[in-house]
Amino acid sequence: MAEQDWKANKRVFAAVSLPTLLWTLVFFVVPMAIVWFYSFGQNAGLNEIHVSGTLDNYKRATEWLYLGIFGKSFAVAALVTLICLIVGFPVAMAITFASEKWRPWLLLGIMLPFWTNLLVRTYALMILLGQQGYANKGLGALWGGASWVKTLVGLQPLPTWEPVPLLFNNFAVVFGLVYVHLPFMVLPLYAALDRLDRSLIEASLDLGAGHFRTILRIVVPLAAPGIVAGVMITLIPALGAYLTPDLMGGTDSQMIANVIERQFKKANDWPFGSALSFILIYAMFILIALQSMRRKAPEAS
Amino acid sequence: MDLKDMLGQSRGRRSLLQALGVAAVGISFGSLAACGKGEGKKLANGEEARLNFYNWDTYIGETTLDDFKTATGVDVTMDLFDSNDTLFAKFKAGNPGYDVIVPSNDFVERMIRADMLQPLDHAQIPNIKNIDPSFMNVDYDPGRKFSMPYTWLVLGIGYRKSKVKAKPDSWKVLFDSDEYKDRIAWLSEAGDMYRLYGKYLGKSVNALTPADIETISAMMIKQKPYVKKFHEDDGQDLLMKGDCDVVLEYNGDIAQVMTEDDDLDFVIPKEGSQFNSDTLAIPKGAPHPKNAHAFINYILDAEVDKKITETILFPTPNAAAKALMPDSYKNNPVIYPPADVLARCEYAKFNEKLQPLYEEAFTKVRAA
Repeated sequence: MAEQDWKANKRVFAAVSLPTLLWTLVFFVVPMAIVWFYSFGQNAGLNEIHVSGTLDNYKRATEWLYLGIFGKSFAVAALVTLICLIVGFPVAMAITFASEKWRPWLLLGIMLPFWTNLLVRTYALMILLGQQGYANKGLGALWGGASWVKTLVGLQPLPTWEPVPLLFNNFAVVFGLVYVHLPFMVLPLYAALDRLDRSLIEASLDLGAGHFRTILRIVVPLAAPGIVAGVMITLIPALGAYLTPDLMGGTDSQMIANVIERQFKKANDWPFGSALSFILIYAMFILIALQSMRRKAPEAS
Repeated sequence: MDLKDMLGQSRGRRSLLQALGVAAVGISFGSLAACGKGEGKKLANGEEARLNFYNWDTYIGETTLDDFKTATGVDVTMDLFDSNDTLFAKFKAGNPGYDVIVPSNDFVERMIRADMLQPLDHAQIPNIKNIDPSFMNVDYDPGRKFSMPYTWLVLGIGYRKSKVKAKPDSWKVLFDSDEYKDRIAWLSEAGDMYRLYGKYLGKSVNALTPADIETISAMMIKQKPYVKKFHEDDGQDLLMKGDCDVVLEYNGDIAQVMTEDDDLDFVIPKEGSQFNSDTLAIPKGAPHPKNAHAFINYILDAEVDKKITETILFPTPNAAAKALMPDSYKNNPVIYPPADVLARCEYAKFNEKLQPLYEEAFTKVRAA
């Protein structure tokens, strides 16, 4: 079927797109515009904001203290994305090459966590990782077993097991974020790998390349659009995460979203919180712009 | 421990999980109900038989709302909030439709100043006579024009008896010592933290200066490596789950979990501490102000408040209700600490200038 040009049917197009446009305008553009205006204002009294066009909020938001927190948030989000990619790629490959019978079930398994609220999932993880949690109990049991084996062969038993701190530190934050964001990485990767022409892989193997080399030289480059999409779709929400660092983090695990949240609640400084939010939004715009530039580059060459 | 245990355990006054979950249910049912039977029967006072109550989690008697309905015919919809900041942020853009709210003392002051509260008509609240006279004329609301005291609470150290060498009766244990390295939890509330450090340094909670904030920040940064968590007022859960052994918490929160675990205890440090008081108030723009007065009056009734107190185990400023309580409650040193200890505690005044300084300094401490 030939592709239809929307210009041929302007009225239908308008009828279909108008509700969406209105929705976006009223519930996205207008609120964002209000926040944007707030970011150029200052508190006047306790519950009024005077929009004076001042740039003080941005000046304060670019102090070293806040830039440092931005930097740390980027580092955490980048690490989370990298781990998701390393863990998610084999998973996506496994699903792609699974039999027709199994594939829907494996995909369902990836999507299943979305059926449970993020907060509940985070609390469940906290129970698992706590000082008296299952993870520590399991490790303790292994330790006890190893100690028993040592006494069996006539060696000194191991010292008593001390629970390891798995919760309330930066490790827990990264672990929690990887857990939450892994499906976002696997699904676009799967979509890209599924479209891949299998005969190319067979050709590579026939021509003498090993499995590892085939993956690196053939599969990864062909799946590049999926990788880029997965990275963006993981990095951006991870950058704005605040629930996980709040609940699972320790004393030095704050991320920029936690600071923004505190400006709106505890500090009651909405203008400054708005400025911080917009700096984060600008940063994400730049990321997305870089991505689309990268996409255009190969076409030009 | 399974999910049921977890849900059972996180029954703190401000536990986030339940507050969010129940609030979501409350909001959806609340709005459904508002659509469905909004135009119901009218009461003798001319208002429809509805009341919207915005309260903390686990902060009301088990049957109080049903009993109120039986007594007056008014349907109470209760939503939950988990911090005064949430309450304030929600009212900043105008009253979303609540009749009775439960702000703490410093937020009563803040909301009065922001013109968010409606003056109370004492003639409609005859049970005001039950209130302990010492709670009637308070700095944050002289003459009780805007708020009625509901509970009072005091910050101190909750601890696991089998894990401490001696009773941790000084703030030093939490603020200036590596004795309980990695077993310490602080409150994430910047203002409270700076004020209590002030107490440790021998200053009044209301006499801190920007220079003090600098000094205290340096002390906090030095102590931070030994602290495990800045908790969102769920320190009692950290104690119960064994994640921490000494936590900064409110007396009532610890009293609640002490009924389940007798290895826990609570002490107010010898340097003194900070009081808080939660109050019942009517926000400006309340749709049912007469019902709201009737509800506040009902809660101040001696028998009603006794039942509430039996559930929530916070100290009550209601002298008549306290008189009805058993000795095990009245003589509980956690709920009612000795008078000489209380004499060293103070209410914190709301300070518009220092609050943002506390917040930024604490962000710096977290980032250090």
